[in-house]
Amino acid sequence: MKRRDFIINSMGFGVLTGAAISMGKFNELMAAESRPMALPYDLVAIKGGEAAAMFDKGIASLGGMKQFVKPNQSVVVKPNIGWDAAPERGSNTNPDLVARIVEHCKMAGAKTVYVFDNTCSEATRCYKMSGIEDAVKKAGGIMVSGKSESYYHAVDIPKGKRLKNAKVHELILESDVFINVPTLKSHGGSTLSVSMKNMMGVVWDREYWHSNDLHQCIADFPTFRTPDLNIVDAFRVLKRNGPRGVSVADVVTMKYQIIGKDIVAVDAASAKVFGLDPGKIKHIGLAEQAGVGSSNIDAMKVNRITMGA
Amino acid sequence: MRQIHLRVFRIFISIAFLLLITSLFIDFREIIPMVWADRILFLQFVPSIIRFITIPALAAIGFIAILLLTALFGRVYCSVICPLGILQDVFAWISKKTHLIKRYKFKKALNYLRYPLLGLTLILVIFGSLFLLNLLDPYSIFGRIFSDIVRPGLIVLNNWIAAIFEKFNIYALSRQNLALITWRTVYIPGLMLVLIIWMSLYFGRLYCNAICPVGTLLGLLSRISMFKIKMNSETCTKCGKCSFACKSSCINVKTLDVDFSRCVACYNCISVCPEGSIRYEGFKHSVKKEIPMVKSKREFIGKTLLYGLALAGISKKSFAVEKKERPAGKIVNKKNHPVSPPGSISLAHFNDRCTACHLCVTICPTSVLQPSFLEYGFTGMMQPFMDYSVEYCNNECTKCGEVCPTGAILPLTVADKKLEQIGQVVFIKEKCIVYTDKTSCGSCSEHCPTQAVKMVPYENGLTIPETDNEICIGCGACEFACPVLPYTSIFVDGQAVHQVAKAPKQEELKVEEGDAFPF
Repeated sequence: MKRRDFIINSMGFGVLTGAAISMGKFNELMAAESRPMALPYDLVAIKGGEAAAMFDKGIASLGGMKQFVKPNQSVVVKPNIGWDAAPERGSNTNPDLVARIVEHCKMAGAKTVYVFDNTCSEATRCYKMSGIEDAVKKAGGIMVSGKSESYYHAVDIPKGKRLKNAKVHELILESDVFINVPTLKSHGGSTLSVSMKNMMGVVWDREYWHSNDLHQCIADFPTFRTPDLNIVDAFRVLKRNGPRGVSVADVVTMKYQIIGKDIVAVDAASAKVFGLDPGKIKHIGLAEQAGVGSSNIDAMKVNRITMGA
Repeated sequence: MRQIHLRVFRIFISIAFLLLITSLFIDFREIIPMVWADRILFLQFVPSIIRFITIPALAAIGFIAILLLTALFGRVYCSVICPLGILQDVFAWISKKTHLIKRYKFKKALNYLRYPLLGLTLILVIFGSLFLLNLLDPYSIFGRIFSDIVRPGLIVLNNWIAAIFEKFNIYALSRQNLALITWRTVYIPGLMLVLIIWMSLYFGRLYCNAICPVGTLLGLLSRISMFKIKMNSETCTKCGKCSFACKSSCINVKTLDVDFSRCVACYNCISVCPEGSIRYEGFKHSVKKEIPMVKSKREFIGKTLLYGLALAGISKKSFAVEKKERPAGKIVNKKNHPVSPPGSISLAHFNDRCTACHLCVTICPTSVLQPSFLEYGFTGMMQPFMDYSVEYCNNECTKCGEVCPTGAILPLTVADKKLEQIGQVVFIKEKCIVYTDKTSCGSCSEHCPTQAVKMVPYENGLTIPETDNEICIGCGACEFACPVLPYTSIFVDGQAVHQVAKAPKQEELKVEEGDAFPF
């Protein structure tokens, strides 16, 4: 009970402080110590390399992981580990990429790097079969379970239209830095599963989203919390039968990666990589309307990196 | 080995069996290798017989070993192999240590109880119901106590300890989801545990000698066993110590008789006798008792034949099951059949062989296997079924068939399991969120491993499920994931006889690759 109170209170204060800062232009006061340098690009798109190598190039062009992770901070990395499937199946995030992200966080001085997902298949098998558990442990990260309701704490989502509250994993609430690492894939219900859809794995009650206008709920959640960094793994792309896929025949090796802070922009760019018009994916439009981010990639500073060959 | 050491030997082996079997039933972390289960449970009497009837193979001859062992040495099974027997010894030991009772006394055998119970159990088995056998079989009772009561208790403990460790950022002991335990039939093993504790605290091995059908059956055989506990009338001082130490209350000091049909071969009497006048002895010392033995031998042979026929009845039962119309369109979902686990061939095969030991319930990594209440009917109570309101069957997993000791669930390869149709999907469009709310969902299709549930274009750019029962395997992912509660808009109706589904179609993907970034 005390812990929950603490979390609710601290969030309340967080919101108040945030509101005060946004009204009073206090942010200059804090800028020197805590704010990262302005990012040189709004969006980085890499193609043609291995997943981990593409990330090395991409994050370097943004000024390195130290732009996002300060020494002694705690980091939570949220890949998609939803399914009991090998990396070749494209239903989970590339394990090499997740491991490399963990390594970059550690190099930037992170105190601890946690990795978890509220999986759809049986959790221990997802962690194992995806190759993510092994890769993360080798990289010095800590795998955490997402499979007990006791890890999740109720929060209010005041700006949510349909999703007014949710039970969110304590690592998302307590960690200093939240890095979202979705894999790009098709989705029978939400058309496409990218960064915003990946955040369904940080809440306990997913059924609520499905039964209360899925697209609206997907767009509502980022009004509560957006990741500090989104890294979309589009190395192997599950082109159909997603998000789980039936076999490797559903997968196309595209060797893409999209990195950015603006979750809407990242998802819009990913949709284009997938071959879909972002305007056709309802939750992207809804999130943009709610002020979560912008899908107008043309107006952004984009760094396009081509590797290999 | 001097006979005085028999007791120590017995205690050593029985503790080993108790620990091994217990570890199987409480293993909620999947630590114990699957192949161990077969070896550890090889000698369990009832599972072994049923398995032998299902597949007469070397792996199933444990019960023959037990019969031979009993014919040689009496009910050794009851003292060192039967986990419920050993558990009772633990309680009896506690009873002695806490001075709850000081000594046992000779009592007459409760023949009016044990023989009718054995008879009734066998008659029900002949008529195709394992109900009484499942209720009374000691191995299965033990399994249920540890799977349904002790294991959840340990999970609670695990979660407390895990929460403490997590305060120090140690996440190695992850918390387990207690919601996966349904508690629906926990009162049956619960009542049994109370009965067992009460009996063993105050009356030693009363359960084994008054109720247990295995104990009674082996008791019939042990009457004629080669080695028996015998008292030497020349050296015996009738001090009564052996009788006081006898958990089975089967030593009559007045007549110097041991009722060997009730003796569970614990050898406590041998170790307490100050004169050394109570011993384990073979045929040659038992000349004077030859006449009654012949009588009981005849009785034994007759009964063995009868029971053999009775057990053969299990395998003879017909598999005929009517196929009914599907209840599509009805609002309250009515399943024609419950879903039995993959590898169980048919409801008939499963119901006729499962003793509800709940080893598969413990081992099932998703917890989709839950003890049934009335899903299989009254007589199938506690036999596990696929409860898709709790979870769904993992596509890559074949563990239940690997551990099942009776052959009720037969082992499948992963490839076969992925095509084993244990049920068929039923979609009721009128209940679907896409139809009622005109919003996206796709939860069912999202979870479907074969895309037997596929999202197809619907109004206003929405997609709605479409089902294909040729490739559906009945894993229950769609039903589990459907947010329409409590009666989901998509569900799995069990197959009375499991079928083989077609493999999902895999058309080739057209890949169009451009050189430029698409933005």
